[in-house]
Amino acid sequence: MEFGPYLMLASLEGAVTAAVLALTAVGLSLVFGVMRVVNVAHGEFFMLGAVLAWWIAGLVGGNPAIGFALAIVFVPLLVGAVAVLVDVTILKRIDYDPERTIVATIGILYIIQQVTLMTYGPEARPVEAPFNTRLALPWFEFSDGRPQMYWPWGLSTTSYKLGVIGAAVAVLIGVWVLMARTKIGLVMRATQLDREMALAFGIPVEKVYALVFGLGAGLAALAAVLIVPIQQAHYLMGHDPLLLSFIVVIIGGLGSLPGTVLAAVLIGLSDGVISVFFSPTLAKILATLLVALVLVFRPQGLFGARRA
Amino acid sequence: MSISTKSLGLHLGLLAVLFVLQFVLPAYHHGNIARIMVLASYAIGFNILFGYTGLLSLGHALFFAAGMYGMGLVVNQFGLPPFSALLVGLLVGGLVALALGLLALRTEGVAFMIVTLMFAQAGYLTVLYFGEYTRGDEGFVIQQAERVMWGIDLSDPTNRYFAALVIFGVSLLVTLKLVQTPFGKVLIAIRENEERARMLGYDVFLHKLAAVVLSGVISAFAGASYGLLFGYVGASFASVQYSIFPLLWVLLGGAGTVLGPFVGTLFMFYLIDLSSGITSAYMLIAGVTLVALTLFAPQGFVGELRKRVWRWLP
Repeated sequence: MEFGPYLMLASLEGAVTAAVLALTAVGLSLVFGVMRVVNVAHGEFFMLGAVLAWWIAGLVGGNPAIGFALAIVFVPLLVGAVAVLVDVTILKRIDYDPERTIVATIGILYIIQQVTLMTYGPEARPVEAPFNTRLALPWFEFSDGRPQMYWPWGLSTTSYKLGVIGAAVAVLIGVWVLMARTKIGLVMRATQLDREMALAFGIPVEKVYALVFGLGAGLAALAAVLIVPIQQAHYLMGHDPLLLSFIVVIIGGLGSLPGTVLAAVLIGLSDGVISVFFSPTLAKILATLLVALVLVFRPQGLFGARRA
Repeated sequence: MSISTKSLGLHLGLLAVLFVLQFVLPAYHHGNIARIMVLASYAIGFNILFGYTGLLSLGHALFFAAGMYGMGLVVNQFGLPPFSALLVGLLVGGLVALALGLLALRTEGVAFMIVTLMFAQAGYLTVLYFGEYTRGDEGFVIQQAERVMWGIDLSDPTNRYFAALVIFGVSLLVTLKLVQTPFGKVLIAIRENEERARMLGYDVFLHKLAAVVLSGVISAFAGASYGLLFGYVGASFASVQYSIFPLLWVLLGGAGTVLGPFVGTLFMFYLIDLSSGITSAYMLIAGVTLVALTLFAPQGFVGELRKRVWRWLP
């Protein structure tokens, strides 16, 4: 394959990564923005989403589309409920102290991961995609001074991958509408701006926290349901999304949703392209170092505004 | 009896008990205690930063691994004798800690935790990237012939036990001395109220940097000794899990207490040892313990003991 089509293929794969990453990272960013806590167990909510999707799809049987549709509705709700339970039983009791929350969520990370290992087992298991048509893509080339269209061998994508991108965009618009246009969003933003003042105005801050924590985990789970037909469900799969979400949230500016989405697209796309040219390990080393240095020298993120 | 004699007596007493245990323990526990003593030294290093200075690092595996690989690579590649290799390990650990301190101390709170986590992750990936020398996840073995220091074969269980005791004793007594010096008191002051320490005229940044380097050097000492005593160097010692372990041990035993790291390591080691016989998901125990600790006993064993019984405990 020539360079042009190859780059296009890499960007398409990158776009799928970016879509899923944006959902996961927005969940993490929402929790950090409103509650001011870092949820280290976020990747495990992602993993839980993938594993539960496999479970529900296996429960229903028959046409894979039915199982998948049920999973996409119920899995985020189930994972969200688990997160609300965690919030009420643990985080609320340590009063959302930032450092103790990190220690507690590290504990939760191991609990969710190891309970999954005990029940679901160490195998990686696939979920069948609801639709999966292969789509060949055309490419242009100049011959005799005018562009001609042709179909290079290997340049293709599937309808499901395009579906993932579409679904992610739709959900992100939904989150934006929720935050910017609804009463619940208003209450969340009020809590984010000034917790004490929100409390004084009669906003049930604790309920808002539980809701936000559930919503953040639900978004991660939704992202996992979308990706699980492409990437199999495994009990250790939460590690990479957690790291990448951290990177995205930090680059995008802690707690800024538009910055997070922008950074997710940037990193998802460049991840695909960089991995083509460099070794993936080197790419990861550079990415983690970049994040650490951004936090050291530009703590407001690359796109975030400096806080007054 | 004055407080400092009492505490010196207590800590020397612990070392004496460990000395006597060498002659009575069955082989299996004998090996375990040697391991625990070296790991407890790692926890002691972590505790200087976390317990006494109030800086929570989530990347201490970087220092542990820096010591271990600094020592292991010069033995493996250049055939340096063990003692020089140990010094190289300490030096590498100290330099890494200095570099990390200069960068990471520009941040504080949650950002400090994430920055240390990220640097440690980059370190872990670097070990994997240079797989040609480090052999990546598989790791490499340090041959028995290369583990003979001053004519003492460190692979022999008895010698190994005494070497571990020396390493642990040095780390323990250094910390005990440290917390009684003015320097140690300033670190505690920074933990309690950084602004006030600054107002009183102390250079907070320099003190914190010194704490990072000291903590890093002790962790590297533990890492290098671990590689030397047990003859194996592997990438898993650089992974996130080995950054979480010292946090777990110190929280369990009691942050900001001299004895806490040892108590926590001892308890957790046997808890995981026993549970891994029952299930392969032994890290579940670590998770439950972490959550329970943050909820019910943020002071840890020794911390609670100090709060309730022995108020003089350092």
